[in-house]
Amino acid sequence: MAERNEMETRNGKLDLQSEPMLINIGPSHPATHTTLRFRATLDGETILDLEPEFGYLHRGFEKESEAATWTQVIPYTDRLNYVSPLMNNVGYVMAVEKLCGIEVTERCKYIRVIISEISRIIDHMVCIGTNMVDIGALTNFWYFWKPREEVYKVIEELCGQRLTTAYTRIGGVMADLPEGWTDRLLAVCRGVIPECIADVNALLTKNRIFIERTMGIGPITPKDAIALGFTGPCLRAAGVPLDLRKDEPYLVYDRFDFDVPVGEAGDTCDRYMVRMEEMRQSLRIIEQAVAQLPGGPVNVDDPRFILPPKPQVYENIEALMNHFKIIMEGIRVPAGEVYSATEAANGELGFYIVSKGGGSPWKIKVRPPCFPLFQGIPHLVRGQMIADLIAVLGSVNIIAGELDR
Amino acid sequence: MTAVLFLVVVALARIAIVFSFCFGLVVVFTWAERKGAAYIQDRRGPNRADILGFRAWGMFHPLADALKFLFKEDFIPDNAQRLFYQLAPMFAVAPVLMSIAVVPFGPDVTIFGRRVALQIADLNVGILYIFAVTGMTVYGVVLAGWGSGSKYPLLGGLRSSAQMLSYEVSMGLSLVGIFMVFESLRLSRIVAGQGELLFGFLPKWGVVVQPLGFILFITAQYAEANRTPFDLPEGESELVAGYHSEYASFKFSMFMMGEYLHMVIGAVVVATLFFGGWQVPFLADTGFVLPGGASVPLPEILVIALRTGSIFLKSLFFTWLYVWVRWTIPRFRYDQVMRLGWKVLLPLSLVNIFATGLVLLLLGK
Repeated sequence: MAERNEMETRNGKLDLQSEPMLINIGPSHPATHTTLRFRATLDGETILDLEPEFGYLHRGFEKESEAATWTQVIPYTDRLNYVSPLMNNVGYVMAVEKLCGIEVTERCKYIRVIISEISRIIDHMVCIGTNMVDIGALTNFWYFWKPREEVYKVIEELCGQRLTTAYTRIGGVMADLPEGWTDRLLAVCRGVIPECIADVNALLTKNRIFIERTMGIGPITPKDAIALGFTGPCLRAAGVPLDLRKDEPYLVYDRFDFDVPVGEAGDTCDRYMVRMEEMRQSLRIIEQAVAQLPGGPVNVDDPRFILPPKPQVYENIEALMNHFKIIMEGIRVPAGEVYSATEAANGELGFYIVSKGGGSPWKIKVRPPCFPLFQGIPHLVRGQMIADLIAVLGSVNIIAGELDR
Repeated sequence: MTAVLFLVVVALARIAIVFSFCFGLVVVFTWAERKGAAYIQDRRGPNRADILGFRAWGMFHPLADALKFLFKEDFIPDNAQRLFYQLAPMFAVAPVLMSIAVVPFGPDVTIFGRRVALQIADLNVGILYIFAVTGMTVYGVVLAGWGSGSKYPLLGGLRSSAQMLSYEVSMGLSLVGIFMVFESLRLSRIVAGQGELLFGFLPKWGVVVQPLGFILFITAQYAEANRTPFDLPEGESELVAGYHSEYASFKFSMFMMGEYLHMVIGAVVVATLFFGGWQVPFLADTGFVLPGGASVPLPEILVIALRTGSIFLKSLFFTWLYVWVRWTIPRFRYDQVMRLGWKVLLPLSLVNIFATGLVLLLLGK
């Protein structure tokens, strides 16, 4: 409120005979990208107040999950952050595995790291690209779009789908990597992605207009960012080096050498810079992970969680029954509750899961990284101009899929 | 009698040729914009519209667009003030078209023993006329913003009226240097003046004698035409489509046409004032006369073709520059545009006038 009062005096409490204008931004607006809505109170072009509203893309993920088996929830998680679905798959199965006490194989851990990092790269590409579209630089979007397409080709080869991947399974992954997949992945990571990052860097980072549009726009202090529950690039841009990959290493992240970029002012420019650097760091992680990728099985050797091989299902009755039980009733997850979080592209993606011991979840609560970011937007833009709202909105990267669930 | 008839025919022919040139260039420009954007952005661009299997690199897309606009419902929102709403698109197109009348497309030619200027009207206040007429386009934007009876267009209209008015000032002042150097407001005189050589080898083009004036003018020109990086009246991301959000059908296409015409004419004016208009370096009426004294005689018809071709090519380059700039840099914010206009361009153009005056004084003119 302090800023608000200060700002009102700065603006001379509106001009004579003028009154604030209420303007409705969204749910269908070119800059919202997804279905969000803001009610902005404007004095001229200055935002006096902003009221975010969400729920336009609510699909009932959490309730729907209660009617599905544990495995059937995996495809639903694709639809959370649909820009990087593989990471949601990983985050969800890790939570269930934590509850079941499963330790996945080494190879599986490396594969999960690799798919998470390529997802992080394409997520950041979309975020930066659309953010630049909003401030009028459409070309950068396309410079990121083509490499993203190359990544999608690799992902498609991995799991047969581009968007709705559903690649992970509880206790492993859907299938092992295809023959020669890592070579093709490395070809993309070495050939295409660094080039496009360099192109966009050349077009933007030292561009005076870009700097003026982003520097000092939507800043946040570390204290406020933590208080609002910011995580991920937006928190790191504010100068807090919190990254679950470093601070609470999961999978095999502690075996890789990578840096966590942090910003200073927490403004739109810092968020852009942090994301650009994170893409480069993700490339480093992928290089190391592929080099260290061990052989061996991808799934745990435990018939309670993993389907028996297909030939056995057709040949012997035990395997057939096992298959039938897992498909029809679902994996038996012991009763209990667990919270497991991974560092998704936008921040901490947490799954809080309650099981009563049945074949399907009793309750799944998702902690989407977008939600605190979205509620923090009024704090970021109050007193700035309506064009800044658009720049800020793009840079915090709200994905309505995980916001509304 | 025949003399009058001749004049009428010549006048009509000139108008027809110049207008079809402008509209033709607009059509080519919209195509070039989309295709150019595509190649800048590493993609293919429009290539689907075909006539009997001919695709012609997407050249038929402007035609398809025009047909689409014509056949769409001509929708008027309930809240709109109908008179203003209907007037706005006309104000967007008509003044821009009028301004082309004073641009010379070549030197005088002789047809049937009479001298004919390749220019619709050779006004002695030519450049002031251009300013006066193109200044009216702001009415189109303001009326559209106000008459639509909706908030986003209103914000867009407010933005652009402020923007266009402020850039009008520095645009006018940035040209004062040109008037001082060529001692005329008449476009034909300015172009003729640019045919001279400086120090015996450098063409005396506007850009050579007024480099700062050129940069200021072209910047202000982009702002006047509401073009990236100054396209905030439309500001498609924050204001949906700005002042023409509520327009559909052919009215919308008239705004688009007005915008593209504005750019075409801007390009022609830049070419005329700063790049010698129809002048080709070292090309005299009889052929090329090189600085060393060597000369290449050419037939008169070829000289005329070269000269009109030269203004055409220069205009094409500057229209292409609009595309190039648009797809390279982001958009300013509203207050930054105003700051640039009043605090940078305006003082610089005053400095330019002062410096030009000082140099002319020292040269003893």
